[in-house]
Amino acid sequence: MNIIITITVTALVVLYAGLFKAKKALLPLTLIGLLTSLAFVVTSWNTNQTYYGMMQMDNFALAFAGITILGTLFIFLLTQNYFAEHSENIAEYFTLILFALAGIVIMVSYKNMSMLFIGVEIMSVALYILAGIRKNNFASNEASLKYFLMGAFSTGFLLFGITLIYGATGSFDLDAINQYLVGNYKSISPLFYPGVILLMVGLCFKIGAAPFHFWTPDVYEGAPTLITAFMSTVVKTAGFAAFLRLFADTFAPLHDFWLPPLMVIVCLTLFIGNVTALFQKNFKRMLAYSSISHAGYLLFSLVALTASSANNVLVYAAAYTFASIIAFGVLILVKQKTGNDNFESFNGLGKRNPFAAFVLTIAMLSLAGIPLTAGFIGKYLMFLNVMHDYQFYLVAFAILNALVGFYYYFKVIVAMYFKEGAEIELETPVQYKVVLVLSLIITVFLGVYPSVILNLI
Amino acid sequence: MEQLLLLLIFLPLVGAVVTAFTGSAAKHVALVSAILSLALTLITVCNFTPDASTQFAVNYPWIQDLGINFHAGIDGISMITVLLTNVLVPIIILSAYQHDYKNSNAFFALILFMQFGLLLVFTAMDAFLFYIGWEAALIPIYFICAIWGGKDRIRVNMKFFVYTIAGSLFMLLGIIYLYLQNPAHNFDIQAFYNLNLDSVQQSWIFWAFFIAFAIKMPVFPFHTWQPDTYTEAPTPGTMLLSGIMLKMGIYGVIRWLLPVAPEGVQQWGNVAVILSIIGVVYASIIAFTQKDAKRLVAYSSIAHVGLISAGIFALNTQGMQGAMVQMLSHGINVVGLFFVLDIIARRMKTNKIAELGGIAKQAPQLAIAFLIIVLGTVALPGTNGFIGEFLLLIGVYQYKVWAGVFAGLSIIFGAVYMFRMYQNIMLGKTNDLTIGFTDIKGSEKVVLYVICALIIVLGVYPKPILHLSEASVQQLIEQVTQKLTSVN
Repeated sequence: MNIIITITVTALVVLYAGLFKAKKALLPLTLIGLLTSLAFVVTSWNTNQTYYGMMQMDNFALAFAGITILGTLFIFLLTQNYFAEHSENIAEYFTLILFALAGIVIMVSYKNMSMLFIGVEIMSVALYILAGIRKNNFASNEASLKYFLMGAFSTGFLLFGITLIYGATGSFDLDAINQYLVGNYKSISPLFYPGVILLMVGLCFKIGAAPFHFWTPDVYEGAPTLITAFMSTVVKTAGFAAFLRLFADTFAPLHDFWLPPLMVIVCLTLFIGNVTALFQKNFKRMLAYSSISHAGYLLFSLVALTASSANNVLVYAAAYTFASIIAFGVLILVKQKTGNDNFESFNGLGKRNPFAAFVLTIAMLSLAGIPLTAGFIGKYLMFLNVMHDYQFYLVAFAILNALVGFYYYFKVIVAMYFKEGAEIELETPVQYKVVLVLSLIITVFLGVYPSVILNLI
Repeated sequence: MEQLLLLLIFLPLVGAVVTAFTGSAAKHVALVSAILSLALTLITVCNFTPDASTQFAVNYPWIQDLGINFHAGIDGISMITVLLTNVLVPIIILSAYQHDYKNSNAFFALILFMQFGLLLVFTAMDAFLFYIGWEAALIPIYFICAIWGGKDRIRVNMKFFVYTIAGSLFMLLGIIYLYLQNPAHNFDIQAFYNLNLDSVQQSWIFWAFFIAFAIKMPVFPFHTWQPDTYTEAPTPGTMLLSGIMLKMGIYGVIRWLLPVAPEGVQQWGNVAVILSIIGVVYASIIAFTQKDAKRLVAYSSIAHVGLISAGIFALNTQGMQGAMVQMLSHGINVVGLFFVLDIIARRMKTNKIAELGGIAKQAPQLAIAFLIIVLGTVALPGTNGFIGEFLLLIGVYQYKVWAGVFAGLSIIFGAVYMFRMYQNIMLGKTNDLTIGFTDIKGSEKVVLYVICALIIVLGVYPKPILHLSEASVQQLIEQVTQKLTSVN
């Protein structure tokens, strides 16, 4: 609870600071707030507090809260000079991101369906505005509108699903629903099944899994890059945590029922994400499609429910988040210099900016899943997870998709090192360096010694 | 003694990091690191008892929750491959001395990083560690070939990369499967050896591993990446690929495939032998028709490796021992060949056989060195190639007579195309291009003298090498046959 309060208060303070034109104070205030909430994550560890049956701060919730807050912190560090170029009212950006983060913390810790809904909405409404915050930019407006319409739809699905399940069980409480399932296993109300499917669809919208992914590329491309970074890392992680809390625990007794549709979603997501990413000429759009494919790998944790499913998602999400932050960070630097975010803008980057190129290379290797990076451990855990159920065909299919992944992740490496390009020199501000180096260290460290994070939950 | 192996494995990694941060002196730093590794290897060989046991073993918990240990050790089979790696790497670094590579610190750091990966592969006694090493060796060679390679390097290396990683991912699938079958839930090699898998499971394991190894070696029909990659790579890259990296595949078959899935080998081994023999004959015939010397050597390499692969799957001591010696010899010879071609290409800007000729007159020292290397490659008695190919042929002959006959043919083919290449490049009339050829000097001399000395010494007195691996090989064969007889 203290985490949510801290984040919300920080958001309000930042808003007022913006009102009084204290621009210099915005970032320090935000960082202090986020660091405080991170400290609360650490001190609440193992306490497993429940708040009126609505939220449960178990280690699962705390671990995901920790990773999303840390990711947000890194993204805030990248804001230097960034928002100032787009808008006068920087404080709004900060406040909205913080509000979204508050919603995210609720999403990872809910114990009651109504809290799930509230969390998703708090987050989404903030994101609708953020996507469209460059109000004079056509793509940004399009992104916002698309995101809003699609988001409204998915909220509808979510709400309808919750209602049906309430109708069947008479409760919003996750434990009560679970007990209903266990107790009436032979005579579950027919309302329950469509409820599960609708919830699955609603959440798949949020995490951008195919065939509910159509909004992702346009929104990711149209939104300001930093917002895209936030959406594709932190928001996605939160979506998975919400997904996992519901399906891996509450709906676990019905695994046989929702596994077939999930399998279809997994295979479609992997295939569409990877194959479409292959044909992109724009780096940002490629990252958008690749984020769809990563959603596919993440869903592996639900294909076979094992004791370590949740932890596997945590590892994968951590690997994916920090590698993506590197990718978006370097992308912002390149775009500032060259003005566009196509692959060609990266040509020859290796010569003039060996540091940025090296960091981005490691990030790409991690996203592709090469050993000694965090991404490999994540993929390995996912494969291991489904191999427990001997899903050979799924793994073989995933391997073929991973191969496709190598092609498009290596495209940017090829551009940076093997192609001649305009000799641009990036200006890398100190804060960027800090974020890039820290993300790099996390990526390599988790790849070499993942034991620190393997038994968290 | 424990520290010795750790030092041996991690020294190249330290060397790579140091090299990466030095400027123009990178090549010297890299050479020092490689020579230190060689010295350590020689100390290891001296302290090595040539029995079947795994020595210098280290076993530390690494990722405990997943049953992954840093378990490494050296037995006779590993000793040969470690020796091969650490002898060749300094030679390869020295051979790059005359070139002026851009960002040479990155170039040499990648070579050393690859050495680290290779040593992991050759000493790992834990399947996961083996896999990590397997990939850790691939990434640097991809960058070496794709950054410093020829015109078509991007497309060719992407093909190479995706080919190899496809194989290795399916191998990873096999490793995970074995891990799940293992009641102790770890990746320990002994535990994998002791698994009770039925013949269907073993067949799947066989294919999961075999394809990965076959792509690496490469065995027909998985070889299509190889000639292009060898031709487009910078010479040190080609040397690393052909001299050391393809031995990863051979080593993998011996260390993992045979003992883990003997029934799979029994069932499908004849397919592997047939593919290998087809590769031998096919590559020899294509080598005949090559106009580019580098491509010719690339195809000859497929032929040689095919023979080694056939010898291993013949599953007898002679074949296996032949494979051990031939791994070492082939590594040395092929590095020598590529180096000679590199010397010629650097001076003449071409490797087209038809454009060259009469170099021997201009460069007598090069001519002699080249001749010795060619003789080693065609397995003349008294050179290092002889003993290996001889043993391999016996092994294959014992397995199936027809296989021996076809494999024997390849040696004759090999002699023909190799001598023809030598003749057309070195002998005959000096033409306008080759008139300006200058003889070898400096570091080139050192490299070629060392290679020639190795060829002759190993050819005249191969016993120490045979002795190193003999006990381990015999134990392995016994282990496999025992497992097979207990089933039948």
